[in-house]
Amino acid sequence: MAYPYVHEREVRMISRNFGDPAARTLDGYRERGGYRGLERAFEIGPAAVIDEVKASGLRGRGGAGFPTGLKWSFMPKAGVKPHYLLCNADESEPGTFKDRELIRWDPHQLIEGCLIAAYAMGSRHAYIYLRGEFFEASQVMARAVEEAYERGFAGRRILGSENDIEVTVHVGAGAYICGEETGLMNSLEGRRGEPRVKPPFPAAVGVYSMPTTINNVETLAAVPHIVEHGGEWYRQWGTDKSPGTKLFCVSGHVEKPGNYELPLGFPMMELIEDVCGGVAEGRSLKSVIPGGSSVPLMDVEDCRECTLCYEGVEAAGSMLGCASVIVMDDRTNIVREVRRMVQFYAHESCGQCTPCREGTPWMTQVLRRIEAGRGTESDLDTLLDMSAQMTGTTICVLSDSAAAPVVSSIEKFRDEYLALIHGGERVEVA
Amino acid sequence: MATIYVDDRPYEVDPAKNLLEECLSKGLDLPYFCWHPALGSVGACRQCAVKQYRDENDQRGRIVMACMTPAMDGARISIRDKDAVQFRAGIIELLMSNHPHDCPVCDEGGECHLQDMTVMTGHNYRGYRFGKRTFTNQQLGPFINHEMNRCITCYRCVRYYRDYAGGKDLDAFASHNHVYFGRHEDGALENEFSGNLVEICPTGVFTDKTLKQHYTRKWDLQTAPSVCAHCSLGCNTIAGERYGQLRRILNRYNAQVNGYFLCDRGRFGYGFVNGDRRLRQPRLLQDGESRPVSGAEALKRTALLLGRQSRVIGIGSPRASVEANFALRTLVGSRNFFSGMAPGEEHLVARMLHVLRGAGVRTPSLCEVESADAVLVLGEDVTQTAPLLALAIRQAVKQAPRRQAMQLRIPRWDDAALNEVMQQQKGPLYIATPAGTRLDEAATQCFRGAPDDVARLGFAVARALDATAPPVRGLSREERAAVQAIAGALRKAERPVVVSGSGCGSEAVVDAAAQVARALGGAGTANLCFTAAECNSFGLGLLNAMGTAEAFQRVADGLVDTVVVLENDLYRRVGRASVEAMLASAHVVAIDHSATDTVAGAEVAFPSGTFAETEGTMVNNEGRAQRFYQVFVPQGEVKPAWSWLGELAQAAGRTELTGLRSPDDLLAALGRAVAAFEGLPERVAGASFRVNGEKVPRLSPRASGRTAVSANVNVHEPKPPEDPDSPLAFTMEGYPQQPPSPLITRFWAPGWNSVQSLNKFQAEVGGALAGGDPGMRLIEPVANGAAAYTDEIPPAFRRRAGEFLVVPLHHIFGSDEQSAVAPAVAQRSPGPYAALSPEDAQTLGVQDGEFVEIELDGGMFQLPALLMSSMTVGVLGVPVGIGSLRGVDLPARSRCRRV
Ligand SMILES: Cc1cc2nc3c(=O)[nH]c(=O)nc-3n(C[C@H](O)[C@H](O)[C@H](O)COP(=O)(O)O)c2cc1C
Ligand code: SF4
Ligand code: SF4
Ligand code: SF4
Ligand code: FES
Repeated sequence: MAYPYVHEREVRMISRNFGDPAARTLDGYRERGGYRGLERAFEIGPAAVIDEVKASGLRGRGGAGFPTGLKWSFMPKAGVKPHYLLCNADESEPGTFKDRELIRWDPHQLIEGCLIAAYAMGSRHAYIYLRGEFFEASQVMARAVEEAYERGFAGRRILGSENDIEVTVHVGAGAYICGEETGLMNSLEGRRGEPRVKPPFPAAVGVYSMPTTINNVETLAAVPHIVEHGGEWYRQWGTDKSPGTKLFCVSGHVEKPGNYELPLGFPMMELIEDVCGGVAEGRSLKSVIPGGSSVPLMDVEDCRECTLCYEGVEAAGSMLGCASVIVMDDRTNIVREVRRMVQFYAHESCGQCTPCREGTPWMTQVLRRIEAGRGTESDLDTLLDMSAQMTGTTICVLSDSAAAPVVSSIEKFRDEYLALIHGGERVEVA
Repeated sequence: MATIYVDDRPYEVDPAKNLLEECLSKGLDLPYFCWHPALGSVGACRQCAVKQYRDENDQRGRIVMACMTPAMDGARISIRDKDAVQFRAGIIELLMSNHPHDCPVCDEGGECHLQDMTVMTGHNYRGYRFGKRTFTNQQLGPFINHEMNRCITCYRCVRYYRDYAGGKDLDAFASHNHVYFGRHEDGALENEFSGNLVEICPTGVFTDKTLKQHYTRKWDLQTAPSVCAHCSLGCNTIAGERYGQLRRILNRYNAQVNGYFLCDRGRFGYGFVNGDRRLRQPRLLQDGESRPVSGAEALKRTALLLGRQSRVIGIGSPRASVEANFALRTLVGSRNFFSGMAPGEEHLVARMLHVLRGAGVRTPSLCEVESADAVLVLGEDVTQTAPLLALAIRQAVKQAPRRQAMQLRIPRWDDAALNEVMQQQKGPLYIATPAGTRLDEAATQCFRGAPDDVARLGFAVARALDATAPPVRGLSREERAAVQAIAGALRKAERPVVVSGSGCGSEAVVDAAAQVARALGGAGTANLCFTAAECNSFGLGLLNAMGTAEAFQRVADGLVDTVVVLENDLYRRVGRASVEAMLASAHVVAIDHSATDTVAGAEVAFPSGTFAETEGTMVNNEGRAQRFYQVFVPQGEVKPAWSWLGELAQAAGRTELTGLRSPDDLLAALGRAVAAFEGLPERVAGASFRVNGEKVPRLSPRASGRTAVSANVNVHEPKPPEDPDSPLAFTMEGYPQQPPSPLITRFWAPGWNSVQSLNKFQAEVGGALAGGDPGMRLIEPVANGAAAYTDEIPPAFRRRAGEFLVVPLHHIFGSDEQSAVAPAVAQRSPGPYAALSPEDAQTLGVQDGEFVEIELDGGMFQLPALLMSSMTVGVLGVPVGIGSLRGVDLPARSRCRRV
């Protein structure tokens, strides 16, 4: 079972075991160098672990890109109150499929990352919150955790040390919003998966009201490598502001879609054309969504000089997000794609905030009307007004995410909207 | 204090509050939905947006939610900022996109917060051109109507119902723009405080189903400030009438008493006022036949019975006003005035008053109970006997965890964060009762035992708190452990409260509660909260009436010619035989609003007004004297009881009541005659009271159809009825602005047609009413001196073979005489039963539903067995006021056998 596509320009660190089923067992993982990071962590102590992670410049891979070491240092000193580590494995952002692979192929890498992070923050309990639909991944994960317990890599006195860390896999019920960090906490507690207003921040009041840190799967997967080899080592890849490697989930109109682990700062056009084989013969590139459905669309012009790192994509007018690169060629009906995205958000809105709950379905319907050739130019104003109403005004950023593709697509592909509005062909939409 | 700037004007504010609260307190209009003063903020609806600026130089600012932003010193905000205005209008537009716009047929119309806020934001043009989402409504029982399409998803209902009232069967289901607020399936809402959803929901989703049965718009209701007549707490209400029918009860805010809420008995129990059991004309009983007669004829007949030579006694009533009771007392003389309470209850009321007027204890208001940080309940099933007290206790258990949360510097108003921090934690609440109670789920620990054992537990807690209190011997290990836990929690608390009452009929329990409070208080005063059976039990108790049993004795001894019974069904107080003996050997004149069995057996009966048709004062369990005002002029020959008594006296040529022609006169005389009422008459806004020379109108300026209503009879506009007895008028003319707090006839302010206009009546949002909360406490703690401990500690309960201790079990729906006949409440009332522990049932060989027979007070009663796992072994519970078992003083011992 070879992993679909591998490219020689990849730096296979966290994805090194992709396609290698033997790595799923504890022994297999150890044979491939696993759990050395944990051993080193226990040697150097929690503070030094945090220092290494800080030195590495690792940024959160869940989308926001927040420096991980800094986040860890927000946790209060371990004291009377329990601390929790949450691993966000709810991966549901359209276009994103990296965490699933990390879990499927290399569950122990994630367990090791969780153990190190928990150890560093004085947490005795790590929860891995898995997306409900990840059936295979949940089985793999459950088996790996069981094995880790059996072999003394989890639970009491890990590796014969004084450290106790429980690891619990929790499977969600399949709601995108439960990937938002505080929505996840509510869901884990058995409440409705509704994001919380911040402050208080999770480091003060997190899951079960205790100090909590939450990290993405990919973030935690990088941790064993950083701790084993040191923060400086990690910086040999990537840029100053975006060190290290990153999994790029490329989907859409390319010849070889898939997960590619590349150093951050990799040029976007090279990823599309060189690594992924470009768009199909006879087609041309139209638009790229570089970071999952929540970020603004880019047109070809934006893509040309864009480098794939946090600051690079930002300079190009979008966001790296979780590096889910959705490639669209000239066949694409942009309005339709935007409608599909907004419809997704309308369905996934938790329903707390008025702008998001009511705005997303409204926009969906306006987009659908335009798509069907029944729109008017004033619909574009409606969409933009609504987007403004929905941006920066709600409890979580799902609302902003829904507005982002609308605003950017109207800005970049206004003519496509106008063509549909002014008597282009009428398409029947279901 | 801090200074904030709103649109460049400085305001002095409390930094512990949020910007929304402070803006509203300063009289600024800012729309909101999800925030509620009693529920706090969650920041969901995004309606209360304002612009906040970093400093004077910041020109751009940023939209923030006022309800989620602390009123920090130096904060600069703008309500009028263009972006903020536009944003708020945009939120309304979004909310309205799925709203059915069915105001004309919506019960909320005219008093709808959504309407008000829509108008306030200025949104008026609908941009949404698509279909609306629709829901299926549910049958939620006799109290609440459900119309989900009107929902704006503010989450208030579930926050109130679940988090505040402890309900379980209402929830938010599904997500995105399809969140559904309802039950998991059709069925009556189980929580005893469901009626508040009507006022909590800002739109017409949850509305009053009893009002719907005879619907009228808010502005067409004639309304007056009233006081609930269905338990001893005396919640403040606004009662509304149209066309001679009482149509609904709404909450009347009183920060000290009921705050924003009522219980379902209080809200939906008014149906008896319109009921077919009402007595609307005097009746005479002749040759076993009762027939309606004119007032004149009835008076003539009664004149003979009350003549000078006649030996007359009066039996008062704990459900009649102090004025009516005092009128009767004055007529017959204080030595011939009997309380009319059941002998056991009467004794307990006297005992409770004695304790509360002694040293070392203080009776807290409901508001103070809410802020207690440890509660001990002895013997009382408060949810059933004094519902709002249970709601207050449900808030009290949040005090201790909230205090911890606030150490994390989470503000008091941040409900979302507090909820996360507090999780399911609850502060100390200990409950000791013969059977399980609804509050048990909120309790730290519950203790089950016969009343004597409940009392012993209390006495032991007192002893654990103070070594000079007498010891209790022979406690079990578990009891001793419970005692230590309870005493520890009470001692640690800053504001502990002991709650008890006459509910389980035990003097020992009342004494034990007093003992705990005294032990807690030491040299100071501790909070001791008692509940009694009826709305004016304490008012009557303060009148120093003679014991009810003696009245019957005197009649039996042939010392009485005539008995005047005031608003009292004696069958509920003493055994059937006693009442029948009285009816047979004396002339009985009954005055009551409904045709009770006593009325049926009386020689003459006069129709009196209910609380809605009369005016008077009642004294609640806190000793708070509160005045209720007449809502409407009754049909027929219905008159206030005191008025009938005056006419009776006059017809009989007696002078005792001469000059006492109004409630004011009676109250003034009472103030002179009975020390406890001293000072009260001066505090009450009497008939001569005017605001700016004007009376306060009972009708809104929008009342429609005044001239047309009787046009079929006469095209001239009829003269409105006069009200010589109060400062209120039966018209829409009068003082147009906010009246003083005791005279609030409705909550309304310009632009605020819903109950949320209450903000404008408070000195500060969520605080006292402007001018102070109404009512006067007649019972204050004695300044100093410690009361002595009692050492009358009962022995532990011993069961005797084949015999049970029968205890009363109360029901919020069914046990109160007046509300029990209201159709909505009657639907929720249980039937008769005999509750047994499963063990006892097994011994007797009965299954659930099979009949058992008990013998009480000489009568035999057959009741279906109800297996209750929480029932103390050896104890049998019967429902109060339900079925044929009436007039028996409980607890009592009884044999019991399977039928
Ligand atoms: C609507 C929404 C959905 C999200 N879903 C995910 C998710 O599925 N997985 C994830 O790791 N982060 C998700 N996030 C981001 C998390 O809130 C959080 O920032 C992240 O888990 C932090 O981990 P990191 O610091 O390691 O990136 C989501 C955020 C939002 C607003
Ligand atoms: S923005 Fe949307 S998803 Fe996020 S909390 Fe508000 S309603 Fe829920
Ligand atoms: S039913 Fe009423 S209170 Fe509940 S969410 Fe809807 S509008 Fe708000
Ligand atoms: S019955 Fe008691 S608790 Fe209920 S509203 Fe009336 S006074 Fe209040
Ligand atoms: S009232 Fe402030 S957000 Fe709802």
